[in-house]
Amino acid sequence: MNKARQNPVNALAAHTVLILYTLIALFPVFVIIVNSFKTRKSIFREPLALPDADSFSLIGYQTVLKQGDFFLYFQNSMIVTVASLFFILLFGAMAAFALSEYRFRGNTLMGLYLALGIMIPIRIGTVAILELMVQTGLVNTLLALILVYTAQGLPLAVFILSEFMRQVSDDLKNAGRIDGLSEYTIFFRLVLPLVRPAMATVAVFNMIPIWNDLWFPLILAPAEEVKTLTLGSQVFIGQFVTDWNAVLSALSLAILPVIVLYVVFSRQLIRGITSGAVK
Amino acid sequence: MTALTLKNLYKSFGKVDVLKEINLEVEEGEFVVFVGPSGCGKSTLLRVIAGLEEATSGEIEIAGTPVNHMPPSKRGIAMVFQSYALYPHLNVKENMALALRQEGQSKAEIEDRVAEASRMLSLEPYLERRPAELSGGQRQRVAIGRAVVRQPKLFLFDEPLSNLDAALRMNTRLEIAKLHRQLDTSMVYVTHDQTEAMTLADKIVVLRDGRVEQIGSPMELYNNPANRFVAEFLGAPSMNFVPADWLDGEKDQEIGIRPEHVSIGEPGRLSGTVIHVEHLGGDTNVIADIGGETPFTVRLFGQYQIEPGADVQLGFADEQTYRFASDGSRVR
Repeated sequence: MNKARQNPVNALAAHTVLILYTLIALFPVFVIIVNSFKTRKSIFREPLALPDADSFSLIGYQTVLKQGDFFLYFQNSMIVTVASLFFILLFGAMAAFALSEYRFRGNTLMGLYLALGIMIPIRIGTVAILELMVQTGLVNTLLALILVYTAQGLPLAVFILSEFMRQVSDDLKNAGRIDGLSEYTIFFRLVLPLVRPAMATVAVFNMIPIWNDLWFPLILAPAEEVKTLTLGSQVFIGQFVTDWNAVLSALSLAILPVIVLYVVFSRQLIRGITSGAVK
Repeated sequence: MTALTLKNLYKSFGKVDVLKEINLEVEEGEFVVFVGPSGCGKSTLLRVIAGLEEATSGEIEIAGTPVNHMPPSKRGIAMVFQSYALYPHLNVKENMALALRQEGQSKAEIEDRVAEASRMLSLEPYLERRPAELSGGQRQRVAIGRAVVRQPKLFLFDEPLSNLDAALRMNTRLEIAKLHRQLDTSMVYVTHDQTEAMTLADKIVVLRDGRVEQIGSPMELYNNPANRFVAEFLGAPSMNFVPADWLDGEKDQEIGIRPEHVSIGEPGRLSGTVIHVEHLGGDTNVIADIGGETPFTVRLFGQYQIEPGADVQLGFADEQTYRFASDGSRVR
C-alpha cells in the first residue's frame, strides 16, 4: 500500500471501529463458550464471570456426550452441509459456466429465471416440498435435506459465479480448445481454479445457514436417526425445564466445525484477494 | 500447395455482417498479415480460421482439407494470443507439452520437441517456472513456444506484440521473423500496426469493415494502393490529401502525396504556415497548415532548423502523386 496515502488518524479510527465491531460480534459466542464450562448455579449467579475453581464444571459436556445420539446428530449435520455445499458448488459452477460461456437461445432468460430464486424465499414452498417428499418417500432422510439446501443455494451461486466466470479470459479458454482440451477439461482445469475465491465466497455464504437451519430438519427429517445438530440440541430445551449446561455445551461444540470449514475457505478468499492485487 | 484457402467467406453476428465475401489464398511458407483499424473484423477472421467461431457461409481449407466442421484442435493450426493465455497452474514446460500430451505423442517425442522449441526461443532457464514468475516478453515467448512444439501447418498470431513495450516489441518482431525463416511454415498474423505489417509480411491483406480492400506485397501496396483507404493506412506519417482543384485537377477529386515525396523550398506548388516541427534526429517532420481540413505533413531526411510560424513553399513531382475519386477509388 502507498505509505503517503496512509493517514495515522484515519487508520486509528478505522481500527477502533473494526475492533469494536469484532468485540460486539464475538461477545455472544464468548458468553456461550465461557458458560458451557460452568456449573448451573454459577451460570445464573454470574453469567459474565470466567469459570474459576469453584464454578468450573464439565457437567454440560458430560450430559451431551453421554446422550449417545450427539455424535449421530453431528455426523448428520456434517453430511448434509458438506454434501449440499458440494452439489451447490458443482452444479452452480456448471450452470454459471454454461450461461457465461455459450451463446444460446434463451440464455438471458435462463439467467433471469435462476436469479429469481434469490428473491423468493424457499420456505414459502415448504408445504409443497413436504408433499413432494412424502410422495417420493424421502421424508426422514438426509437426502431430502440435501436436495432442498442444494435448491436453496443454487440461485445465488449461479449469480455470483457467472459474474466471475465472465471475467476469465476468453483467450485462455480458446487456447485450451486449440490445444485439444474438452469443454469439461477447460471447465475443471482452467476455469474452476481461477474462480476459486468466488467459490469460497459462495461456500461460506451457504454453509452457515445450512448448518444452523432448524426449519427444514424439523419438518422434513425429525426422526431420531436423521436429526441434525441444531434440531438435536432442542432436546435439552424443555417446556418446563431447560438443561442450560447441556444446551450451551452442545452449541459450543456445534460452533467448532463451522469455524474449521470457515478457516479452510477463508484461506482461499484471502489468496484470491492478494493474487488479484499483486498481479 | 496452398496452406490456407478462403472462398466467399461470410460471418455475421445476428444481423450484423462482420466479414463479407473474403477470398484469400496463402501459399506454403508465406507470411500473411491481416491489417486494418480496430473493428474491421481482422481478429474475427483469424478466429474463424482457427475454428473458434463458425463461418456463416463460405469455405475454409487448410492444406487442402476442408475444415469448416472440424474442431480447432484437429485443424493443424496453432495460435498465439495477445494476452499470452498461458495456463497459470502449469510451468513453462508443461504449458508447451500439454497439447502434445492431448494428441497422445510419446514421452520422448514430447521431450524432444519441447527441448528444441525452448532452445530456439532461449527459454531453457525458465522451464520449471510458472507463467506468473515470468516477464511479459518471456511469457510471449512461451506462448510462441507452445505453438511451435505442435508443428502446425499454419501458425495464427493474434496481435502478439501489442502488450509489449516498444523496445521489446521490436526484438520480438525480429524473433518472429527469424522463426518464420527457420520453420518455413505459413503464418497468418493479425495486427493494427502498419509498421508490423510492413516489416513482417510477404503479403498484406488490408481489411475495412469486414471487407478485403487490397491484397499484395508490402511494396505493391505502398507504391500502388488500390484506393484512398489503403493509401492512408499504410505509411507513417500517413499520406497527405489535397483537393485536386487546388492543383489544376478535376473538382471532387483528391490528390494524395506521401510526406517523404515533398520538398520545402521555392518555387513550390502549395504554400502554408508551419504549425509544428518534430525533430527525430534522422528525420524531421514538418507539419504545416495549408488551408485544408487536416494539416499537411512533410518528412525531411536529416536535421533542419525550421521554426513554427514560418511560411513555406511545398514542392513535389506529379509522378509521385496519387489521384482519388470522391468515393475513394483510385483514378489512374
